[in-house]
Amino acid sequence: MDIIDRRSNPHGKNLENRRRALERARGAVQKAVRDAVANGKIREVGEGKAVSIPADALHEPGFHRVFTQGERHIILTGNHEFSRGDKLRRPPSGGGGKGGGPGQAGTDGGGEDAYRFILSRDEFLDLFFDDLELPDLIKREISATETTAPSRAGLSNDGSPSQLDLGRTVRHSMARRIGLGRPKAAELDEIEARISELEEIRPLSAAQLEELEELREKRGNLRQRMNRIPWVDPVDLRYRRFAPTPKPSTRAVMFCLMDVSGSMTERMKDLAKQFFLLLHVFLEKRYKTLDVVFIRHAETAEEVDEETFFHDPRTGGTVVSTALEEMLRVQKARYPVQQWNIYVAQASDGDNSPSDTPQVVRLLDEEILPLVQYYAYIEVTGTGAVIRGETDLWQAYRSVAEKQPHLAIRQVSDRKEIFPVFRELFARKTTGEASHA
Amino acid sequence: MTHTGLLYQGADWNFHIIRDCYNAIEEIADKELGLDVFPNRIEVITSEQMLDVYTANGMPINYHHWSYGKRFAGHENAYRRGLMGLAYEVVINSNPCISYLMEENSATMQALVIAHAAFGHNHFFKNNRLFQEWTDPSQILNYLEFARGYISRCEEIHGQAAVERVLDAAHALQGQGVNRHSGSRHIDLKDEQARARERRAYEDSSFNDLWRTLPQGSEPEHSGNGERQALRRRLGLPEENILYFLEKHAPRLAPWEREIIRIVRLIAQYFYPQPQLKLMNEGCATWVHDRIMSRLHEKGRIDDAAFMEVIHSTTNVIAQFGYEQGSTSFNPYALGFAMMKDIERICTDPTEEDRRWQPDIAGNGDAYGTLRHAWAEYRDESFVLQFLSPKVMRDFRMFRLLDDTRDPYLLVDAIHDEAGYRDIRRTVAASYDPSTWYTEIEIVDVDTFGDRTLRLEHRTKSGQVLADNDMKLTLNALADLWGYRVVLDEIDTPTGRVLLSHEAGQA
Repeated sequence: MDIIDRRSNPHGKNLENRRRALERARGAVQKAVRDAVANGKIREVGEGKAVSIPADALHEPGFHRVFTQGERHIILTGNHEFSRGDKLRRPPSGGGGKGGGPGQAGTDGGGEDAYRFILSRDEFLDLFFDDLELPDLIKREISATETTAPSRAGLSNDGSPSQLDLGRTVRHSMARRIGLGRPKAAELDEIEARISELEEIRPLSAAQLEELEELREKRGNLRQRMNRIPWVDPVDLRYRRFAPTPKPSTRAVMFCLMDVSGSMTERMKDLAKQFFLLLHVFLEKRYKTLDVVFIRHAETAEEVDEETFFHDPRTGGTVVSTALEEMLRVQKARYPVQQWNIYVAQASDGDNSPSDTPQVVRLLDEEILPLVQYYAYIEVTGTGAVIRGETDLWQAYRSVAEKQPHLAIRQVSDRKEIFPVFRELFARKTTGEASHA
Repeated sequence: MTHTGLLYQGADWNFHIIRDCYNAIEEIADKELGLDVFPNRIEVITSEQMLDVYTANGMPINYHHWSYGKRFAGHENAYRRGLMGLAYEVVINSNPCISYLMEENSATMQALVIAHAAFGHNHFFKNNRLFQEWTDPSQILNYLEFARGYISRCEEIHGQAAVERVLDAAHALQGQGVNRHSGSRHIDLKDEQARARERRAYEDSSFNDLWRTLPQGSEPEHSGNGERQALRRRLGLPEENILYFLEKHAPRLAPWEREIIRIVRLIAQYFYPQPQLKLMNEGCATWVHDRIMSRLHEKGRIDDAAFMEVIHSTTNVIAQFGYEQGSTSFNPYALGFAMMKDIERICTDPTEEDRRWQPDIAGNGDAYGTLRHAWAEYRDESFVLQFLSPKVMRDFRMFRLLDDTRDPYLLVDAIHDEAGYRDIRRTVAASYDPSTWYTEIEIVDVDTFGDRTLRLEHRTKSGQVLADNDMKLTLNALADLWGYRVVLDEIDTPTGRVLLSHEAGQA
């Protein structure tokens, strides 16, 4: 008998199988993930979570019979009231697949519930944002880099000892030693041995004395030569060289701009919040560090914390340009454009004091859009907003958006539109782009 | 060398305790019960590893497939939600016989599992005729290793999607991958690995006369019938083993695809006896552990607390709920254990009734010998038919319902009384008859001269046709492997009338 302790064997034998199951049910998993998000749980998107996949997405078919008509016998246990000849009402589920006796328990068909998979945060977000991407990411990122990272760039003659390329150094050293004819250590050893052998002999014959003299001279030459030609010379040394290469910045800042004037209802703010959260999670996935700046405005604008941003109501008129100015101020003070990728999301109900709109257009067009990677403007509308037509602000933004493609504007009137709008904004433009190219 | 005194106290275990327990148990199993087992190997694993083992049908290695990922998720959830007290034990029918002990178990549970799995199941695997005929325990692990390597090599060469296509289809048909009624059962899995590739290579290089597309010469109509019969014979039609037929004769499969089908088929065959022996296998193992643990207690090797734990655990395992608790089937541990105990009782202390029902064993005084004989020679169906006694039927309060779809009610047509015993016993036995749950589908014809349509027949059983949706999916899978049109007729067995006809695949 052997006892084997297998507890330290590699775990996770089924990770590969699990991955394949998720892959197979990809459509269903993705739907489950998006449903989870659509149900207003964006907050929790951050944590890994369980999704349920309907069993038929992972169904394994096989030939098996079902009892549909005719007669069959069923044995049950636990009788304490029936006698032969009693009649029982048929259970409402009918004589279908259920209750088939022990014989049918073998088939895999019945009783398959949905399968729950616990997804890690990364898996969840990968599925969630599967076909979304940041527009024009690469081009703009490279133009705006300052951080560098060392990368291998050939060899150099000097450097720190830790970067010494031993193989190359020795190869050079050997070539030089062979080229210059540095005596081998073995050669010297041979002569030394012969000398000490001769020195032992007393008295020496003349021939031996002559040989000894000769050998001593030869030894002197060899030693001299060995000293002149070092085993490793500074010219042999080769070091691995590292050159700083510019790296795309992995930092991003997201400005959330929201109108909190009296005309924005709680419901509208909630819509805006949903959008901000989505964008936040999305950016968080793409960037190592992500800062979020909340700026609210009515007649004046101020930077606030998240809690105040969403929950502290204010009243008064609306001057949108104040928010834009505040955003520029914060950006200049803390987020230099060379080091940060800048995203702006603005939510408003479209109200603005008419005299301010030209100023908004100017700020956007000339100052803000050249700095930012992407600017998303979401206009949340009331329930009856279909009739209202376009607001002044909408028209103004549209005129800018026509010239500047990284300004995106959308209208949202209901919670369930948030996700489609978001997806539309960031959808990977595969077919369209390809045909243009 | 006999030891005395307690083997351990309390719940903690270590490897010395396990070894001591094993030795004490082995002594009882060998000397008192006369069990004959494969060499044992005991492996200690974590609960997570136990889930892995569950997923792979109790096998320590398996090839990758999404269906195992699905099963794993199912087990994992059930375990996390506490629906499944994990793994009483898992034991592999291999030589050496591998039993898994979970590290979370108490010392008593480890001893109990050793008695249950390493001696109960092990004896059953080694001695039962059906297992002996159908499985090759000494080679199964090597073969699975080979299968996994082969399939992953195929994935490297041909891509995961291509391999999955074949595996999915073969899995769908694995219920039709066994020669139930004829042919050789014992397959030497060792030869299998070496021979497989050579034979493939030969088949590839040789000309397959079957699919000759050259003109047949003059008067094909005239000679057609005779030649057709000859071909049917050469194809071995009718053929119940669909996977075998595909592997040998499907015209469009690549050699590696045939090998994968063969792997699925051989593994299915290895598992084929298990559902037919579940009742006896569990009954045997539970009875053995109950007996051995009681003996350990009687001999003063385990204390009262440990023995209480044994009783508690055994009682949980053999609980049988009645119909009112929603149970529609027998717990194999419960019925199996009850029948083993009952046989023991009949042998040693029979009643008048037992003498009438079981005259050949009643009072023969050799309970262990009688049980060992039953474990070796019977399968669930015949075992029930032979040994289910009136007392067990009464204890379980069994009754029989007649479900006739023409009636609006269910009729109680037999209960646990003198008039009903035989009816109930027959029905219980029939429910363990593999033919009640295996679907009888045969390949009956191939149109070798025309469009290569494959023709199958399902001999239905009293109005039970195939589940429609699954049937369509499976038929599509079959057509995919065959490469041409497939027709499946459902036949009313007594009259030979075609009830339904399905087809899949392009002509």
